[in-house]
Amino acid sequence: MHFTINGQSHDIEVDVRTSLLDLCREHLGLTGSKKGCDHGQCGACTMLVNGRRVNSCLTLAVMHQDDEITTIEGLGQPGNLHPLQDAFVRHDGFQCGYCTPGQICSAVGMMDEVKKGWPSHVTEDLGAAELTVEEISERMSGNLCRCAAYPNIVDAIRDVAGLGDRNPNEDVGPRENKREVAA
Amino acid sequence: MKLFDYARADSVATATKDGAVPGARFIAGGTNLLDLMKLQVETPETLIDISRLPLTEIEEREDGGLTIGALVPNSDLAADPRVIERYPVLSRALLAGASGQLRNKASTGGNLLQRTRCYYFYDPATPCNKREPGSGCSAIGGENRILAVLGTSDQCIATHPSDMAVAMRALEAVIVTQKPDGDRRRIAIGDFYRLPGSTPEIENVLEPGELITHVELPPAPAGRQTYRKVRDRASYAFALVSVAGIVAVEGGRISSARLAFGGLGPMPWRNEAVEAALVGQEPTDAAFNAAADALLADARGHGSNDFKIPLTRRTLIATLRELTQEG
Repeated sequence: MHFTINGQSHDIEVDVRTSLLDLCREHLGLTGSKKGCDHGQCGACTMLVNGRRVNSCLTLAVMHQDDEITTIEGLGQPGNLHPLQDAFVRHDGFQCGYCTPGQICSAVGMMDEVKKGWPSHVTEDLGAAELTVEEISERMSGNLCRCAAYPNIVDAIRDVAGLGDRNPNEDVGPRENKREVAA
Repeated sequence: MKLFDYARADSVATATKDGAVPGARFIAGGTNLLDLMKLQVETPETLIDISRLPLTEIEEREDGGLTIGALVPNSDLAADPRVIERYPVLSRALLAGASGQLRNKASTGGNLLQRTRCYYFYDPATPCNKREPGSGCSAIGGENRILAVLGTSDQCIATHPSDMAVAMRALEAVIVTQKPDGDRRRIAIGDFYRLPGSTPEIENVLEPGELITHVELPPAPAGRQTYRKVRDRASYAFALVSVAGIVAVEGGRISSARLAFGGLGPMPWRNEAVEAALVGQEPTDAAFNAAADALLADARGHGSNDFKIPLTRRTLIATLRELTQEG
């Protein structure tokens, strides 16, 4: 099978059952992506496939032979951090760090979705997407952090989006849906 | 995971032929199927990878509706400007489901075919008539907080988990398929799913090898549209109860209503008696309660899901207030 991961070509034979996550971790030495639940519930395995964030544990490697895969290793390296990696360090957006590669890959994909104008569940006007605290919480809900570093994760994302600091008293949890009725 | 053969389909015709072989399953996004394969709830002998078939477009229809390719990802469908403009109930339902990562992978056709999230269906150590016909139902008399109160049988009380399909039921979507012999079918979504009865393992009318290729949306009926979902968490959770509503008010009276419900039954639920109870009425709580009476006349709780019956009434009333309020 042939794969393109972080711009590098790999020709390798793996069992057809191998997930994209296990291909990277167990066969290619790319252990930055983490296995949390292995069922698409925690987001620790999030990678970018053709620029889109997906749960790499819930997809077969064999199905991605023509795709461009980006893992956390492809986003930045020590001394050459991606802006989100740098912001997570500066804002202390983690404690144990296990969910962090998935959080950062997810945030990269999420910010691109906002740039494309994609709405979310909490977007009041479906045609206009912007990155409020509530929007970040909703859009990142597929990434769990059991250390509960959520406030600082939100701050790191807001920093990279150029939105400045969050009001420290502002709750980062998703609120009741306050949107207006769609006309 | 049990070993399987893998084949990437290069056309709908070959996919349907390969998919008709016993033990074969189609895979597109795979977010539900692979989850179930890891648990050996699903053990296909062959996976037919349909993810590269050219079924990824959303196209205008002459009648003013849309034709959605079966492989359009949930996230693309939710963000399509035509869907946002004309079918906001569908965008809202899609955005209320799963996570950003899953919506990027999950396909339109696959979403329709999601399996229940009943705890016992997912646990091969327990009896489950849907997973292993004839073994019994562990949910009846067991943990059934998230399960169905309408359309159940003595064999199964599973719910259909999709949000998208609930909106499509309210929109009277048509599911277009192709069979191994090349025949195509157009199946109204109201005729697509089957009640569990004594065969809960059969969930829809698809035949072996029959592949969903498109979903057609007729023009939306007049009126406001909304999707209201009640769940245990504010995000990334399945519905306890959800309502897709499209309601129009003219001259102070409800002139048309479409209502479909998630979390209540083995399929996205619709009961036209609910809508009939509303049409011609003034939008008052008395009329809304009469609609809830019609919906819940045959509802039956199973213990820990009894709460869904009053919750459904309140959710329906709140939805109808939202859709009919002035201004």
